[in-house]
Amino acid sequence: MKKQLENQKRYRVPLRAFTVIGVILSMIILMSFGLNYKTNKEVSKTPVTLAVKKDSITSVKAFKQVYTVLMSARCMNCHPSGNIPLQGDDSHLHTMSPQRGVDGKGVYAMKCANCHQATNTPGLHTPPGNTNWHLPPADMRMVFQGRTPRQLAKQLIDPKQNGHKDFKKLIEHADDGLVLSGWNPGEGRKLPPMSHAAFKKAWITWLQTGAYAPKK
Amino acid sequence: MYNPTLFFEYYHLFKWESKNINLMINLNVNQKAYQIDADPNMPLLWVIRDIIGLTGTKYGCGVAQCGACVVHLNGEAVRSCVTKVSRAEGQKVTTIEGLSNNNDHPAQVAWNEENVPQCGYCHSGQIMSAAVLLRENPNPTDADIDSAMAGNICRCGTYLRIRKAIHLAAEIQKKEGASK
Repeated sequence: MKKQLENQKRYRVPLRAFTVIGVILSMIILMSFGLNYKTNKEVSKTPVTLAVKKDSITSVKAFKQVYTVLMSARCMNCHPSGNIPLQGDDSHLHTMSPQRGVDGKGVYAMKCANCHQATNTPGLHTPPGNTNWHLPPADMRMVFQGRTPRQLAKQLIDPKQNGHKDFKKLIEHADDGLVLSGWNPGEGRKLPPMSHAAFKKAWITWLQTGAYAPKK
Repeated sequence: MYNPTLFFEYYHLFKWESKNINLMINLNVNQKAYQIDADPNMPLLWVIRDIIGLTGTKYGCGVAQCGACVVHLNGEAVRSCVTKVSRAEGQKVTTIEGLSNNNDHPAQVAWNEENVPQCGYCHSGQIMSAAVLLRENPNPTDADIDSAMAGNICRCGTYLRIRKAIHLAAEIQKKEGASK
């Protein structure tokens, strides 16, 4: 009887301790979950200042970084000089030769969304996905292919050539769904030459320092 | 700051997985309603062929490269091998079996008339693509046909007969329209 009581006491203490530790740990996990969520929300909602502080050297330097991303296959393939999108890391003409069409979404039985789904299709080199997959429309072709850094910089800040985007919309465009999908290209495709965060920083720096175009 | 209500915001994430397992998917295929017990990620082609049993639509490449699996989703010529069945939920799906009541769609009539198929495997997809072209462009030129049909591959090489049949189908469609 005495032995039984001693045994019960021996197990009761660690059991209580484990319960208390378990409750504390689960509280910490829940709290960090909520805290992290809030922090991410706050970061994404952080307003980017629209003020411009002109600095041609910083601006041109930032644009040179931006240019490497815009001319990478992930961006340029949907900004071709012709009416057929490009494909692959070597930017060859898209197989099956789908056409731009008036709205940039293809023609007849060859519309982008016929193959490109809302998300990437699993498998190597299968159609990448986005809910809004398209080329720029026929009346605003926004060509990247073949543009020099100077030509592209000037085009990007001209509302008549950039899809009627003002300064604010240009800044917001860094987080556009199709822009972001460049960093989620599907299996077998190279990523742009820098992270999205680095690109966004360079993009905003270029705009906020006066959006200067390089000399060439 | 920690907000305890956020836990409940995330609750749907935990629920989502279990919801997916037993989800019944409502489909409308060829104007007939179906309730399908399938994974929402299952390709529409598998549902059409293996669950519903409509085998006119063919499996070709499985990666949206050949066009053998084309069906209409709300009238658009989607490739059912890469289209998740969840995309088709509550939408209108039409397969080759439902394109017309008596195999009398102008494209079907013209295909018969011109003896287009050789082995025939790709032709349900070819006809479904041609039907979209004829709806959107009743008088297609050779260039229009080439643009519209470039995504449908025929290993027997019946491309010239396909082009001829589409021109004939356009004529039939015009006559039908005039007689109505």
